[in-house]
Amino acid sequence: MEGVSTMRKSVVFFTVLLALLIISPLARPQTAPPKSGDANNQNAAPAAPADVDDWGHPVIAPTKGQKPAPAPRHDISGIWDPGIDPIRVIGVLGASAMPEDGKPQHQLPYTPLGREMLNRTKPTSGDRTVLPAETNDPVVFCDPQGMPREDLYELRTLQILPTPKSMVILYQFGKIWRVVWTDGRELPKDPEPRWFGYSIGRWEDDYTFVVQSSGIDERTWIDRAGRPHSGDLRVEERFHRVDLDHLELTVTIDDPKMYTKPWVALDRVPFQLQKGDYDVREMLCSPTDFAEYNKLIGNPVSERDGK
Amino acid sequence: MKGRFLLCVALGICVLTLSLPLLAHHGNSAYEMEKSVTIKGTVTQWIWANPHCILQLDVTDDRGQVVQWSAETENPSSMVHYGYTKQSMKPGDQVTVTVLPAKNGKPIGRIVEVVLPNGQKLAGRGIQGPTKADDYPKP
Repeated sequence: MEGVSTMRKSVVFFTVLLALLIISPLARPQTAPPKSGDANNQNAAPAAPADVDDWGHPVIAPTKGQKPAPAPRHDISGIWDPGIDPIRVIGVLGASAMPEDGKPQHQLPYTPLGREMLNRTKPTSGDRTVLPAETNDPVVFCDPQGMPREDLYELRTLQILPTPKSMVILYQFGKIWRVVWTDGRELPKDPEPRWFGYSIGRWEDDYTFVVQSSGIDERTWIDRAGRPHSGDLRVEERFHRVDLDHLELTVTIDDPKMYTKPWVALDRVPFQLQKGDYDVREMLCSPTDFAEYNKLIGNPVSERDGK
Repeated sequence: MKGRFLLCVALGICVLTLSLPLLAHHGNSAYEMEKSVTIKGTVTQWIWANPHCILQLDVTDDRGQVVQWSAETENPSSMVHYGYTKQSMKPGDQVTVTVLPAKNGKPIGRIVEVVLPNGQKLAGRGIQGPTKADDYPKP
């Protein structure tokens, strides 16, 4: 049991913090969002976009420092935002629990076949990065990320919607969805491969929803760093409801053809619950947009002789 | 040609050499990771799109030659957290941009910072931008 003095200090600290959090939004100037086509208001300060979504609605950041409310049972529904940490969440160096950063502890346990397949991939990130015009990353040609990469690269806002027989997960990145069947079925044996595979899920305990996926198209990369997988890949996802406002995702890769043992690709990445009216921005791979990007940046920056 | 271009970049603009903390092998190997260049020019286009936003600006050297630069950021969903919007810049705006320049000497870069006509600064994510929701710049 804490001493009274320590407890009082904690109360004072949290009270002050709460007061500051309440005051700070009021101190922000109330700027109307700019209208598109607004005639040359060059001298006006742009609106604070971190506070306004694409509908012009204010986005209230979750307050910090409050005691977390208890997790509801058997419930991972909601709109979940993991933030934008480039290593841990966006996965710029590959699966964030085992990034491709050259460190020995992050070397994956490749089989000989796994290493051979790894060397065929030419990623634009991580230790083996190549120039944009030299990559064979399927995603830059707007192929689907598929599984497990949808969890391991550009993991953005998720919306989880339970139905009587499934859990549907909507992903901001790529604007895709997955259906995880909860009706007790087994994974199909030797099915037609899908980019996103086939998924089943069940509650392991009151707060942990575990998903198994297989039947994944071999063309997908495991992550941005170009780690390979075979048709035998099994992916386990553990969605753990920590408290009312937090969810954690852990992803494990199991592919005996490519890796001598299973490895954890994502380790308890935290998500914060958003309000029900939180607008999720669109993030799509548009071939037209990519062609424009390659014309202006990707191709010229890859030219080797500077001409 | 390349030498003249490099001279144009050096003259009449401020060249900053920053010691940037490296995220090992982060992102694109096409850019210089350990030095940046600051250019001033007139916006010709601000493309607010996936995969990356692109700022195009005309930079005039001391001989009056105009070089079109293309400077990229991250995607819009990330950039809103650094203060950017679709309306942040428009053709005609005079801006000052600090970039990590392309290794091959082309007028292409990855944005580290933009200073808008009204003096407001926008950080590119680059290497040093905020990385967590908690660190979004406050107006």
